[in-house]
Amino acid sequence: MKITCPYCGERDHREFTYRGDATAIRPSIDNTSLDDHQAFVYDRKNTAGTHRELWNHTSGCRTHVVVVRDTVSHEIFSCEPVGPFAKQLARNVAKLKGAGA
Amino acid sequence: MSRYSAWEILKNAVKGNRDWTPAWRRAEPKSAYDVIIIGGGGHGLSTAYYLAKVHGITNVAVVEKGYLGSGNVGRNTTIVRSNYRLTPNSRFYEKSMELWRELSHDLNYNVMFSPRGVLNLALTPGQMDTYAERGNQMRLMGVRSELLDRDQVARLNPGLDVSGSARFPIEGGLLQPDAGNARHDAVAWGYARAADQLGVDIIENCEVNGFLKEGGRITGVETTRGTIRAAKTGVAVAGNTGKVMKLAGIDNLPIESTVLQAFVSESIKPIIKNVVTFGAGHLYVSQSDKGGLVFGGNIDYYNSYAQRGNLPVWEEVISELLAMFPAFARVKLLRSWGGVMDMSMDGSPIITTGPIDGMYLNAGWCYGGFKATPASGWCFAHTIANDKASEYNETFTLERFKNGQSIDELGAGPTPWYH
Repeated sequence: MKITCPYCGERDHREFTYRGDATAIRPSIDNTSLDDHQAFVYDRKNTAGTHRELWNHTSGCRTHVVVVRDTVSHEIFSCEPVGPFAKQLARNVAKLKGAGA
Repeated sequence: MSRYSAWEILKNAVKGNRDWTPAWRRAEPKSAYDVIIIGGGGHGLSTAYYLAKVHGITNVAVVEKGYLGSGNVGRNTTIVRSNYRLTPNSRFYEKSMELWRELSHDLNYNVMFSPRGVLNLALTPGQMDTYAERGNQMRLMGVRSELLDRDQVARLNPGLDVSGSARFPIEGGLLQPDAGNARHDAVAWGYARAADQLGVDIIENCEVNGFLKEGGRITGVETTRGTIRAAKTGVAVAGNTGKVMKLAGIDNLPIESTVLQAFVSESIKPIIKNVVTFGAGHLYVSQSDKGGLVFGGNIDYYNSYAQRGNLPVWEEVISELLAMFPAFARVKLLRSWGGVMDMSMDGSPIITTGPIDGMYLNAGWCYGGFKATPASGWCFAHTIANDKASEYNETFTLERFKNGQSIDELGAGPTPWYH
């Protein structure tokens, strides 16, 4: 598989570390429901087909990305930046690309 | 149908081998059974066999979407062992070893169980300490184990590079002398034939595409070959657990499916005595009776339902094999394949009643399901027959994750791809 990192371009997937299902969202700190926290830690949809998942570009820019991939065919549909600085980073990358860097 | 014996072989040989009959009937699905088992793999077939043999429940159907043995039971590296550290696992896998030892006689089918020993190589003094601890844990559970130094390891497997100049010099290893391997296809066929003889219907090419629900209870299945009703429905579909359970409306199990690859080389003369594992990464290799090196390593670390994987695992696994046995550098790889693994959140299995009334779940085998085949079937049959777990699987529940009682052999936490 080859993953196109939004910052670094197309790279072999062995540069990335798999970080699991991106649809499992940590409940807020105010949420005291044991069931909600248990579901976040342990329960997975385990989708056959289109799967949103987190990868970290460990041997590259070391940022997390959200990859949308088919778990049956291994086809990759998209790879987007994620996290609090995602938008800023994406703007910087766009600027650099626009400057022909 | 006759029993297999030396006399039968002789009799049929004289008659030109024209009179052998199929090992099991091509059963047509009836409209109702006492129990339906979804999944005609090792675990499903052994469950049906023990339901009939131990619990006297013979009105059983095993429904399989493909041909019998087309899933993981025909795709593994055939290793049988019980060298575990945690009590629930030791007890369960020792139960399995007990059944393995008598399996060929029990089924009247040669499963070629070969207790040739499983040898875990230690590559650092620290790893030797860890293996000494594991060996002691095994002995405390009544499982034989031997801690070997470098010379003993070298004598057992002369092809190993035990020189000090090896990339990963070998310190010694931990041997489970009673472990080994078995012929995987024969296990599926043997259970199928023995179950069939007790009256179980084995229905191949019959894919489940829905469950019948009445008042919150599962009362049967919709299949490509019609509706089949049953008071009890057992699910034993390994890597496809996610897909099948979604049909029943369950999409929140502590399981993720990934792909595990395995490899076999061309045949060479006998050189590896044991099943040998590498200590610095993850690799297990044994030599089949035909002479091929059968080996595998880690899963591909991402969710997958594809029965094929990617090349980085090949590089990792093969480089580890060559680090141990440099002489294999010129051996040609014959085949490789992938199987879909139901990786549980703590690396231990689930054999339980529920999660819906009338349904029973057998899943979460990660990539160690083959060795569990007899005990898994034995326990699942017990659970289905009595609506209650046996002493060997009472901890393999779905609730253990919520209750903080996960059985995490590796200590890797809820990251299923690391188990």
